Amino acid sequence: MLIRRPPKISPLEITPEASYVTRRRWLKQAGIVSAGLTLPMTPTYAGLQPDDDITPERIATTYNNFYEFGTGKDDPAEHAHNLTTDPWTVTVSGEAKKTGQFAFEDIVKGLTPQERIYRFRCVEAWSMVVPWEGIELSKILAQFEPNGNAKYVEFKTLVRPSEMPEQRSVFSTIDWPYVEGLRMDEAYHPLSLMVTGMYGKPLPNQNGAPWRLMVPWKYGFKSVKSIVSIRFMQQAPRNTWNRLAPNEYGFYANVNPSVSHPRWSQASERRLPSSLFNPNRRPTLPFNGYADEVAGLYAGMDLAKFY
Amino acid sequence: MMQWMFGVSLAMPAIWLVGQIGLDLVYPGSYLGPDAGETVVHYLGQTALIILLLAYSVSPLRRLTGITMIARQRRQVGLFAFTYVCLHALSYLAFYLEFVWSDLLDDFSDRLYIAAGLGSLVCLTLMAATSTRGWQRRMRRYWRVLHRLVYPAVGLALLHLWWLTRDGYGEVVLYSLWFLVLSIERLWHLPRFKRGWPA
Ligand code: HEM
Repeated sequence: MLIRRPPKISPLEITPEASYVTRRRWLKQAGIVSAGLTLPMTPTYAGLQPDDDITPERIATTYNNFYEFGTGKDDPAEHAHNLTTDPWTVTVSGEAKKTGQFAFEDIVKGLTPQERIYRFRCVEAWSMVVPWEGIELSKILAQFEPNGNAKYVEFKTLVRPSEMPEQRSVFSTIDWPYVEGLRMDEAYHPLSLMVTGMYGKPLPNQNGAPWRLMVPWKYGFKSVKSIVSIRFMQQAPRNTWNRLAPNEYGFYANVNPSVSHPRWSQASERRLPSSLFNPNRRPTLPFNGYADEVAGLYAGMDLAKFY
Repeated sequence: MMQWMFGVSLAMPAIWLVGQIGLDLVYPGSYLGPDAGETVVHYLGQTALIILLLAYSVSPLRRLTGITMIARQRRQVGLFAFTYVCLHALSYLAFYLEFVWSDLLDDFSDRLYIAAGLGSLVCLTLMAATSTRGWQRRMRRYWRVLHRLVYPAVGLALLHLWWLTRDGYGEVVLYSLWFLVLSIERLWHLPRFKRGWPA
């Protein structure tokens, strides 16, 4: 059996043993290891800092913003088990050669997920460190052969009021579906990931099953969950939060401590778990600490204007 | 006796919170969740608003039920509301700002919902400071005028909540309706209206 070595640091140095063991157990259960295949993950630890301890799995799977299931942090974990994720159809449209309806399994078939441990920074000024498993977004998108007009890519979350209570609520002002988007060069950046699992297990519904985006240098709301539509566009799509409050949420939403938000100063963050007497507060880093990798994408842009 | 019972009931949310904090110290994360500071700020904000609305309900309740002795509880309920607001603001200072005072000034100027909360707190402070019999006597009829600050106090607290809510407006609508219904009741009882609609 072939186990590929990560570029710099051995996974055992960083992944706590417990989660490493569960991952192997899951792989075994899934028949992946016993089938004699290559371990499907090549861990990458881009920009991980020495004090970036992995957030306990229970927190990452019970403290969620997924407004389709309610606005409380515990609503998704409470209600998302009702979500049917199989079958899962994805509509691909717009400026690409291969468009139409695709089954989720067919899109990811043959693409091996990698483990990526990323910092995850919410616009609400809290953050986590999560071991995701996913496929580089570029590999997903390239299959559809976007053409030269494709400057942006838009993603939409499922709309299914029967399984998503907040979509039925008269007290919600969100115009479903939830819409997010990226510039094509952002989407093709090697850090951009389409996530299908976390902590060595398939992605839980409350975290956006069966697949979600993970763009670690942007605020969490960019990383749209339970995606059913991918559209290649010439113009930037209007993302949901930008439509709701344009002065608060821009299209880019790059993590930026020097651009204050009308609700939260973004200069620092509470790394979860954060307790009363050990709030675990730390300064927020430009591009969430991934500036070396991604700052070049925005060369010459006024990031205070394009927030 | 009545005074005492009201006092204990109104102190219950604080006692409960102290218990939760104690348990969370022993079992970190199990009682206050992964973002404990936020839990405490939100819990105290909710409690403050509910008790403020209760204080606002005392007089209508007296008119509705005819039980005059509850009117004597109004001051106590109001002072409890004030105390919870202070604890709420204090928890925000401690857990959100960690007492970085320059951030406080930014919040007052840049974050409208915080400015609204502060406005409400200022109104409540003036009322609490003049809540004693002594002040009531000294101020005579101006006391009633000053204590009409309860309207902006509740109004600004609701505005605070409207502005900080991002979606899921059910709670805000509920609290606002509570305020609205009681305000209409008050209008109804104005002497002017009792005599019939003005020509
Ligand atoms: C200087 C005064 C005040 C400050 C600095 C303040 C600050 C805050 C902050 C920071 C939040 C949390 C916002 C968030 O996490 O998104 C909050 C929430 C809240 N505050 Fe205040 N506040 C003040 C006054 C008041 C007053 C006077 C009331 C009511 C009587 C009140 C009731 C609430 C309520 C109900 C919430 C929402 C809690 C929840 O979402 O569950 N606040 N306040």
